[in-house]
Amino acid sequence: MVSANNELAYNTKIEGEVIVTKADAVINWLRSSSIWPMPMGLACCGIELMASGNSQFDIARFGAEVMRFSPRQSDCMIVAGTVTYKMAPHVRRIYDQMAEPKWVIAMGACASSGGMYRSYATLQGVDKIIPVDVYVSGCPPRPEALLDALIKMQAKIRREPAARNLMASA
Amino acid sequence: MTASADVTATLQGKFPQTTPRASGDHPAINVPLSEAVAVLTSLRDEHAFDFLVDVTGADWGVDASPRFTVFWHLFSTTSHAYVRVAADCTNDTDPVAPTACDLWPAANWHERETYDLLGIKFSQHPDLRRILMWDGYPYHPLRKDFPLAGIDTPLPDLEVGEITKATAKPAPMVGGPFVASPGEINLTEAEPRAKDESWTERREKPASE
Ligand code: SF4
Repeated sequence: MVSANNELAYNTKIEGEVIVTKADAVINWLRSSSIWPMPMGLACCGIELMASGNSQFDIARFGAEVMRFSPRQSDCMIVAGTVTYKMAPHVRRIYDQMAEPKWVIAMGACASSGGMYRSYATLQGVDKIIPVDVYVSGCPPRPEALLDALIKMQAKIRREPAARNLMASA
Repeated sequence: MTASADVTATLQGKFPQTTPRASGDHPAINVPLSEAVAVLTSLRDEHAFDFLVDVTGADWGVDASPRFTVFWHLFSTTSHAYVRVAADCTNDTDPVAPTACDLWPAANWHERETYDLLGIKFSQHPDLRRILMWDGYPYHPLRKDFPLAGIDTPLPDLEVGEITKATAKPAPMVGGPFVASPGEINLTEAEPRAKDESWTERREKPASE
């Protein structure tokens, strides 16, 4: 007699406490679910970045609530605000201090393109000095837009050949 | 206002070289640069203008002479009156003004800002460094001969500049600059918006503008 297989979930008794998967899937799953942001709150967008951590928007739902103020402990720099030329080298140095792998979100018009500051003092987009993964439009973007950028970045991280990159750098 | 309305007249009695200055709001007075500190001291000690609101300057244009004027805005916390003191700089290429740091410590940063943006040096200033632009920046951006978009300059940190190949480039003016309309009652109208100056890039500037 054939019984219906109701075991949809992982069952240690049957699988013998072994899971078979791909290294990429595991590594990317870990990385994308615990992105620790480096809050580079340089202007008004920083306020929306803070709001994203509040319970109304709750960035913790995506595992990115652990704002680290040390670049050594963070994975993703969120550049939230106007980058002046005076500040730009410091942003680059903080980026350099972050451990690999690392990602960058340019939050808002200023970080993406200089925004409304078409002037002698403002860097016209943070991508002039550091590589940017996701750009968020808005002045300032709503917290939902930042969460959307975070989800897009998680999708991007999940497509990375993480194991191959690790082997190559070892 | 009553106490301050005649303050310029009193000052003129004491300092004959001062002249009244046309002003849309508060009493204002022109003083020779050499007497500026004496006039400010008198205003502070004898007229109770005890609060330094602002020190700033103006560039009247490359060909103007005198080209630079320094302004002091004073406020009296007892009579609640303002007064404006203006002094023309004698040197048009390398303007120098006396510091007011000994009268009000607050003058320190205002004078550093005026030096940074207009290049007016304040003699006897205790620490005349740039305050907004970085040390070693070669220009004074609020001078009339400095373009809003900026001039190509190396980044403040040469090492980072070398790695990133980035410099402080002139900003593109297509769709910009963004300007607010001050004094506009309707806040929607007052919002900063693009004043399209695309002609600075490719097109000729239209004659009507
Ligand atoms: S994009 Fe807008 S809100 Fe964000 S830093 Fe720039 S000016 Fe402020």
